[in-house]
Amino acid sequence: MNILVCLKQTFDTEERIVVENGKVKEDGVKFVINPYDEYAVEEAIRLKEQFGGEVTVVSVGPSRAEEALRTALAMGADEAILADDPALFGDEYTVAKVLAAIARQKNYDIIIAGNQAVDDGSGQVAVRLAEELGIPHISTLTKLVVEGNQVTGHRDAEGDEEIVTATLPVLVTAQQGLNDPRYPSLIGIRKASKKPLAHVTLADLGLSEEDIRPRTEIVDTFLPKPKEAGRILQGELQDQVKELVQALIQVEKVVG
Amino acid sequence: MATEQKLDNIVKGAAFLIEDTRPEQVFTPEEFTQEHLMIAETTRQFVEGEVLPNRERLEHQDWALTVELLRKAGELGLLAADVPEAYEGLGLDKVSSALITEYITRGGSFALSHGAHVGIGSLPIVFFGNEEQKRKYLPALASGEKIAAYALTEPGSGSDALGAKTTARLSEDGKYYILNGQKQFITNAGFADIFIVYAKIDGEKFSAFIVERDFPGVSTGPEEKKMGIKASSTRPLILEDVKVPVENLLGEPGRGHVIAFNILNIGRYKLAVGSTGGMKSALEMSVKYAKERKQFKTAIANFPLIQQKLADMNIRTYVTESMAYRLTGDIDKRLDLVEDLNDGRAVAKAIEEYALECSINKVYASEALGYVVDEGVQIHGGYGFIQDYPIETAYRDARINRIFEGTNEINRLLIPDMLLRKAMKGELALLPAVQAVQAELGGDIPAPQTDAPLAAEKHLLALAKKVFLFVGGLAVQKYMQALKDEQEILANLANIAIEIYAVESALLRAAKALARGDDAENKVDMVTVYTREAVGRIEGWAREILAAMEDGETLRTHLGVLRKLTAFEPVNSKVIKRRIAQRVIEAEKYVS
Repeated sequence: MNILVCLKQTFDTEERIVVENGKVKEDGVKFVINPYDEYAVEEAIRLKEQFGGEVTVVSVGPSRAEEALRTALAMGADEAILADDPALFGDEYTVAKVLAAIARQKNYDIIIAGNQAVDDGSGQVAVRLAEELGIPHISTLTKLVVEGNQVTGHRDAEGDEEIVTATLPVLVTAQQGLNDPRYPSLIGIRKASKKPLAHVTLADLGLSEEDIRPRTEIVDTFLPKPKEAGRILQGELQDQVKELVQALIQVEKVVG
Repeated sequence: MATEQKLDNIVKGAAFLIEDTRPEQVFTPEEFTQEHLMIAETTRQFVEGEVLPNRERLEHQDWALTVELLRKAGELGLLAADVPEAYEGLGLDKVSSALITEYITRGGSFALSHGAHVGIGSLPIVFFGNEEQKRKYLPALASGEKIAAYALTEPGSGSDALGAKTTARLSEDGKYYILNGQKQFITNAGFADIFIVYAKIDGEKFSAFIVERDFPGVSTGPEEKKMGIKASSTRPLILEDVKVPVENLLGEPGRGHVIAFNILNIGRYKLAVGSTGGMKSALEMSVKYAKERKQFKTAIANFPLIQQKLADMNIRTYVTESMAYRLTGDIDKRLDLVEDLNDGRAVAKAIEEYALECSINKVYASEALGYVVDEGVQIHGGYGFIQDYPIETAYRDARINRIFEGTNEINRLLIPDMLLRKAMKGELALLPAVQAVQAELGGDIPAPQTDAPLAAEKHLLALAKKVFLFVGGLAVQKYMQALKDEQEILANLANIAIEIYAVESALLRAAKALARGDDAENKVDMVTVYTREAVGRIEGWAREILAAMEDGETLRTHLGVLRKLTAFEPVNSKVIKRRIAQRVIEAEKYVS
């Protein structure tokens, strides 16, 4: 079974976000594998352990993302592809196109990704990729069962569980609870440095800039307003309601 | 790399006291490889995922859990770093092994169980075991299937380790040594499977044995009720007519002291690395607390006196870290020259080259850790005295570091002792260096040549080395052989040597970062204030030594020389420390 895992390197969830000159500051920040993608890596390795085959991990991102790929290799993935040519960077549309071009280079039975990245949280790239490739997808999985050609996914549907079946090849995305990712062992870390990691460029993928030109533009980046202390309304219930309505209209401007 | 080139980059043990070391000759934490960082990260994840959530149970001595966690650590390879590949270990470099030690300490005193197993418990076999012993024991120790302990101390012999009373007698059939005696304060005794036990054959020949827990006659006493490191097991080991097969004698009969001293060297530098980890976590919890705790309607982190503490804690951590990894790097470079890394004796020999630096690191790191946890409690105020806050545990846990692996007093005495031995064996040109300094001191002391970054600090460091040689030279000339009885003077000389190593390690690391073009502003700030504070202390110790040796006109002349050697223009350390503190506050953790 050939498995492709799409992963993104993101800020460690413990890191504080500092915006400077309209950009998120990256100095001294600790980067990790996007936690949802870590479930994807673990699931892929478990499938490999069950059925044999190879796990390829792929990322579109700057050269620092190599660390995240190496970590996945240390966990047990077999090879890695890093699309670190800046010509390949863009929005969700771009990344899905790039990943599709990479995915077409080999026959993958299953593609696994996290259901979203903890940084921009768009949750679009994986499902766009399935669309590009013309294969079915099941998202936000908490359980995945593969039997022969049949795939059964238990998905987290806004708190309910939905059971969806599909046939290979398929793309699935991982939700928290899918598994408990392993720590890379020291022997794994040592092996990882000898596993293949390929860097690909726009030309390697036979793409043109026009093919992957982003469809969106970032106009501004800013932090949410700091939370202010709440106010407890007091007095007669009727007066409280009036005051609340006033506040919603005039202060918060959410109605009217 | 050609051997010659390798040699050029190697600084010999103790040579830092008589010559300059170049930045490119030292290893610094900025040079950790991706693999090093990944190993540190796995250790951190293991501690945060498996150890810290169980802190309470570990502190209440759930040994089954301790053993389970050690096995889990074994599965990840965290017990195998120092075991050669030939015996199913990983045979990693010492920097990797040091990083494991540093990050394990973030899990509290579980680190002691880990450290005793991988260090003093397993290494005697790694270094001094014969082929059969290594094959028999090391794979199980590397995986955690078996847990090791080290039994040297006795109720009546601590620092005086060779005064042990435990005896070994060869059985009449010549197949066994029969061991009798009691060992004290044995870490991991509650659950260890294998003990490295020192005993005197026929009451004379100090020797080491591999003793299995299952051997009849082996038992342990009750758990000691300790002040700190409560998550580690400490019990007496009792040996009553224990029949130890002769093949379990470790090394040669009567050569146990060689094993003991070599293992101590490793214990000492590992202690420095572990202290670095402890300091980082104490600083982290303290700065977070200072940002949360409000008094007078503002976070206490906004008060300059709290900031001063945070800056000082950060500086000590930086200095300790620089020293510990410099030494680890030196050891790795030496080991690079060892042809067969499976040859444990050659490995131990390479480490022994830096025995003096091991003692320096042990003393400095344990005292720096003590300082940092003490200020950490102070920042926490009354809450720092309450057991719900982890800084309280850190404070109690730190205390033992000044006592074990050779008390700081013993280590201080060892520093000048080892230096003189090296000089006498012709390994170090100490005497010519002393003579050169004495000849030079009649004239004027040249001022630093440039105002380039760190030039003044380099100058002060060079002068501090002259202070050491000047004062030390006088002491040796005056007391000759009797110097060994002048413990106060020896301790002060050790203090000066330690401080020189501290300043130099911090300085070379900053210089290396500058040369590489890194943003080294924080490092330069720290070195700027630390160097001057250190020189102040060095002057004080030197003055004490001089005043203990001479008086009248001779003393006044000597003090005049000392003043010239320790004079410097002060810097505005108030402002610099506020800057350092701001960086710590922003990062909410140690910043190098």
